[in-house]
Amino acid sequence: MKQANAAVAAPKKKFNLGKVLRRDWQLWIMILPAALYILIFCYGPMYGLQLAFKDYDFSKGITGGDWAGFTYFQKYFDSPLFWPTIRNTFTIAFFSLICGFPVPIILAIAINSIKSQRWKRTVQTTVYLPYFISTVVLVAILQILLSTTTGLVSNALKAIGLIGEKANLLGDPGSFVPVYVISGIWQSAGWNSIIFIAALAAVDGQLYDAAKVDGANRWQQVWHVELPAILPTIIILLIMNMGGILSVGFEKTLLMQTATNQGVSEVISTYVYNIGLKSSQFSFGSAVGLFNTVVNFVFLVLANQISKRAANISLM
Amino acid sequence: MATANPTVKNTIRTHNGPDILFKIVVSFICIFAFVIVLYPVYFIIIASFSNSTMVNQGQVILYPKGISLYGYEQIFKKSEIWVGYKNTILYSFFGTALNLAVTLPAAYVLSRRTFPARKIIMKLFVFTMYFNGGMIPTYMLIKDVGLLDSPLVMIIYGALNVYNLIITRTFFETSIPDELYEAATLDGCSHFRYFGTIVLPLSKAVIAVIMLYYLVGHWNDFFNALLYINTDAYQPLQIVLRNILLLNQAMAGTTGVTGGGGGGAGAYAQQYADQIKFGVIIVSTLPVLCVYPFIQKYFEKGVMIGAVKG
Repeated sequence: MKQANAAVAAPKKKFNLGKVLRRDWQLWIMILPAALYILIFCYGPMYGLQLAFKDYDFSKGITGGDWAGFTYFQKYFDSPLFWPTIRNTFTIAFFSLICGFPVPIILAIAINSIKSQRWKRTVQTTVYLPYFISTVVLVAILQILLSTTTGLVSNALKAIGLIGEKANLLGDPGSFVPVYVISGIWQSAGWNSIIFIAALAAVDGQLYDAAKVDGANRWQQVWHVELPAILPTIIILLIMNMGGILSVGFEKTLLMQTATNQGVSEVISTYVYNIGLKSSQFSFGSAVGLFNTVVNFVFLVLANQISKRAANISLM
Repeated sequence: MATANPTVKNTIRTHNGPDILFKIVVSFICIFAFVIVLYPVYFIIIASFSNSTMVNQGQVILYPKGISLYGYEQIFKKSEIWVGYKNTILYSFFGTALNLAVTLPAAYVLSRRTFPARKIIMKLFVFTMYFNGGMIPTYMLIKDVGLLDSPLVMIIYGALNVYNLIITRTFFETSIPDELYEAATLDGCSHFRYFGTIVLPLSKAVIAVIMLYYLVGHWNDFFNALLYINTDAYQPLQIVLRNILLLNQAMAGTTGVTGGGGGGAGAYAQQYADQIKFGVIIVSTLPVLCVYPFIQKYFEKGVMIGAVKG
């Protein structure tokens, strides 16, 4: 991550703007569409964030309203939905991370140890597949398989006594987080394992031989050869996941939301959507959204700093 | 990799017990993952061809029973699905074309080490991956630039994905030797020409990767349509799917066909609505599932190129 930046430290020459422009004008034209896009569609909304500090006035547009300071933030902090939305977002993100993070690693180690190339390819092709299923279809499949009366999975779980006869996996507040997390693992564990499989494939075969000469069995080879080899990848991905701790999948949460599970399924992003867009409280919605982004950003920077200190690995 | 070198095989200790256990555990994990991923998909496929009463009674488990194409027949009659299909194809096609037209030249520029603004532009781009205006200010912006409820928003918004840009740039930097550029400029080759005649033909792999990333993104896009499109005629497939699959509007167009009123007709219609759902899932996901096995190796490649730089 760091070498790339160091490598470009070219010697400073005297800067001649006219000459540089004449030399590079084609490059400027090629980057123009991308730069315009980022400026308008990414930095434009950031400019619009002032909405969070203003009273929105339909007649005056985004920037026209009167300054309201931190009123809307205060309103969110005082709102009865402040703690529930924070708690729900954290709970979903936390369990997604804790339960979801180790699965791709275990899967990658298992796939990497398959000797038959054909079976290996088959397993890989299969486990990557759910990643390409759209969220709408995923939630529809969940509704079909978990339906209280006819669902294959819910009936099977009832038959083996894992859930009660009256359990409703789609409506019970208690089952929202497990269903969300497990279906998330189902959808993305395979895809997330690719990066670890790649890291494992790069391990020098001599390391395994050396481990064997030292008397290591397969378990010890995993522990002493394979895990250290993928540790940098694990740390990088952990940092990135930490940064997204408050960005729980909006689409999936919204689609899985029902009247009965709203108490646990209303996360910050769905709250912004419901209150900001559906009820047209634009300033309030912006403030809640900005709060979310800032918390996320702080988490990312913190995680990045910690790993920089601890392992000398960082994103930026 | 895991097989021992034959010459040292006799000198090292064997661990039959733990090694066999390892093999069993690993095989179990792979088989488990294989079955648990494939079965739901397989179930939807066989259920879509089966008699829905038998599906609901849990009789359809391993193979289709009471073959019925009713669901598919109804789907072919439902115009909103085909409007959605058409819209999604248009959005995906033009959207992806725009994505490539924006991403590839920009990635080329950012891969040129002599380009003075390269570092600062890269930083400004990457910053947007971690910090953004959020839902409401973005909505306001889309409204202000006149894209609200216009099909163009589905094509223009998202024209550049910074992650894909980084993948492409990394590929250009690592896979195309600088000597090529030096040789080309000595012969008087401009950036435009070098990019068009040398860089692009050498980058088919990465173009395939990001094209497919963008394409799947457009195909599965639900969020943007939900926020920015109101007119039914512009709705993409995923919104139509949501209406049919999750908001249970499957019966809307079919009750008139299946029942002439009466109490029994409701349950009857619901049963067929279920079958339509299975069919709709298949019809909408089929393009992705059909193409996927052939392009899977490119996707993998993309993840690996992307992994080089976070």
